Amino acid sequence: MFILKLLIRNAFRHKLRTALTVVGVAIAIIAFGLLRTLVGVWYMGAERSSATRLVARNAISLIFPLPISYKERISQVQGVKEVSYGNWFGGIYIDEKHFFANYAVEPKTYLDLYPEIVLPPAEKTAFIRDRKGCIVGQKLADRYGWKIGDIITLRGTIFPGQWEFVLRGIYRGAEKSTEERALLFHWDYLNETLRKTAPQRADQVGFYMIGVANPDLAAQVAVEVDAMFKNSLAETMTETERAFHMGFIAMTSAIVVAIQIVSYVVIAIIMIVAANTMAMTARERIAEYATLKTLGFGAFHIAAIVFGESLFIAMTGGLLGVLLTFPGADWIETELSQYFPSFSVSPSTVYLDLLASLMIGAVAGVFPTWRGATIRIAEGLRRIG
Amino acid sequence: MSSGAPPIVVIKDLNKSYRRGTQIIPVLNSITFSIDEGEFLALMGPSGSGKSTLLNLIAGIDKPDSGLVSVGGVDITSLNEAELARWRAANVGFIFQFYNLLPVLTAYENVELPLLLTPLSRRERREHVETALQVVNLTDRMDHYPGQLSGGQQQRVAIARAIVPDPEILVADEPTGDLDKTSAKEILELMERLVHELGKTIIMVTHDPRAAEKAHIVRNLEKGVLNNVHS
Ligand SMILES: Nc1ncnc2c1ncn2[C@@H]1O[C@H](COP(=O)(O)OP(=O)(O)OP(=O)(O)O)[C@@H](O)[C@H]1O
Ligand SMILES: [Mg+2]
Repeated sequence: MFILKLLIRNAFRHKLRTALTVVGVAIAIIAFGLLRTLVGVWYMGAERSSATRLVARNAISLIFPLPISYKERISQVQGVKEVSYGNWFGGIYIDEKHFFANYAVEPKTYLDLYPEIVLPPAEKTAFIRDRKGCIVGQKLADRYGWKIGDIITLRGTIFPGQWEFVLRGIYRGAEKSTEERALLFHWDYLNETLRKTAPQRADQVGFYMIGVANPDLAAQVAVEVDAMFKNSLAETMTETERAFHMGFIAMTSAIVVAIQIVSYVVIAIIMIVAANTMAMTARERIAEYATLKTLGFGAFHIAAIVFGESLFIAMTGGLLGVLLTFPGADWIETELSQYFPSFSVSPSTVYLDLLASLMIGAVAGVFPTWRGATIRIAEGLRRIG
Repeated sequence: MSSGAPPIVVIKDLNKSYRRGTQIIPVLNSITFSIDEGEFLALMGPSGSGKSTLLNLIAGIDKPDSGLVSVGGVDITSLNEAELARWRAANVGFIFQFYNLLPVLTAYENVELPLLLTPLSRRERREHVETALQVVNLTDRMDHYPGQLSGGQQQRVAIARAIVPDPEILVADEPTGDLDKTSAKEILELMERLVHELGKTIIMVTHDPRAAEKAHIVRNLEKGVLNNVHS
């Protein structure tokens, strides 16, 4: 009780110094938490992706297409329930700053394979019927104030030209992780235009989405599809959607690793700063600790007072940081919405935050605690004069 | 001077030196003397002569190289760290030049400190603290923090803290060294009262001749050797 009272009062003795340390720890914890969340979000697409969906693409690279004629043959493989296909369109709305994902897909099969894209039935029918129709996610529609019936014009990059679409539906994601900032339109519209303007690029797709009856069949189906097109002009590479995403993440893994390292470096830096502050504080109080020892208090009492103060300051900063991480993540979710479908702080990030604060307090406190606990009284008292 | 009762402090052949690198600095050379119960002893001598060192050895916060320090019949050189801590808490009251109060605790809480190590209840502690503060005449200031008190008042709080566990001896290292003339006089009169009215034994290191005048015995420490000045 007395120790608690003393360590808390000690903590508030140098208000500015303590406030700066608390704020420093809080900022470090916010940075740590947001960076961890970022890494988590990076992997989330892969983790949440379906195990009953396969992606087939050109074995050489994502940027090479596959012939549309593969569709029938893939459909006949044992275990395949449904096949859809599409192209990454890469169209630009207004200018590059307004980036969002847009694909040309075969609407009916695509929506079948992606039940997480939730559309009102009337809008769904309207979209499937209108060859120039498109659908967008709720967040994208909100961002530009689009309403059903609006004309949306994209400037093609991979497929040059001005492309006009009629907005037929606004979808919601069934899960929080579902991308609500994409635009989907008819692959047929793209293909027919290409037939007229660039016939050599027509009748080709960027990817096939293959729905399998159950997850156990996925591996077998992938092997069979790839075997079927072996030694053909365009060999396929078929993998689960998860593996597909992981492959994409692998390309960016250096960045992810860098972010992870930075998140730990932030903690290490604040540890050193806090340790320096605590050492300075303890040095100033050596005579007080010596006085307490003179009165009969033991090394354990001194250790509890010094270490407790360090933990108290670090945990105060840590809790403040955790509390501020949530509004920070919300802010990122709205401001940087085009990059992250969702940006929510997971419980494990909160635990890691608290663990990190505890570590900061412990590391910062260990040296002063040892000094305070082992100081010889006669020496400590001499520091006063 | 002697009344037949055994002396409360007995020191025999006490040696203490400090090591600074490879150099050995002898501070106390074969000191032998004793202090009777109820005595008010002043220890004088030039700076660096080892007065504080000797006081620390008597009070059990430092260990001699050799020799005997017996206080109240206990050979304190044979006690280990934890035993010494317990012994100090029960038997010695400390008064420092710079008061050494904890600035984050009120006068009351500072005085209560030594009692936190005893099995006394909160109410018993309160009685003891109030009594001690009455002795130093500061009951009206018990909720003040040291920073809100004058030097003389802080030293009175420190004296209350020293006497609150009712120790037999009080050690004071230049208790008036940081005080103006009036406050110093007040503190010395208070210490005299502790000897006369409460029967405490006081060992006081001082540079101040006026302080030494209040003492019954003045001893002079020079070059590690103790001389009797007057008694
Ligand atoms: N921990 C230590 N390490 C090395 N030397 C020390 C140590 N403590 C004291 N000394 C030396 O021992 C000698 C006696 O010191 P002490 O503090 O006992 O003197 P003092 O008589 O109290 O002096 P003052 O009147 O200035 O307080 C001094 O030379 C001092 O430098
Ligand atoms: Mg001294």
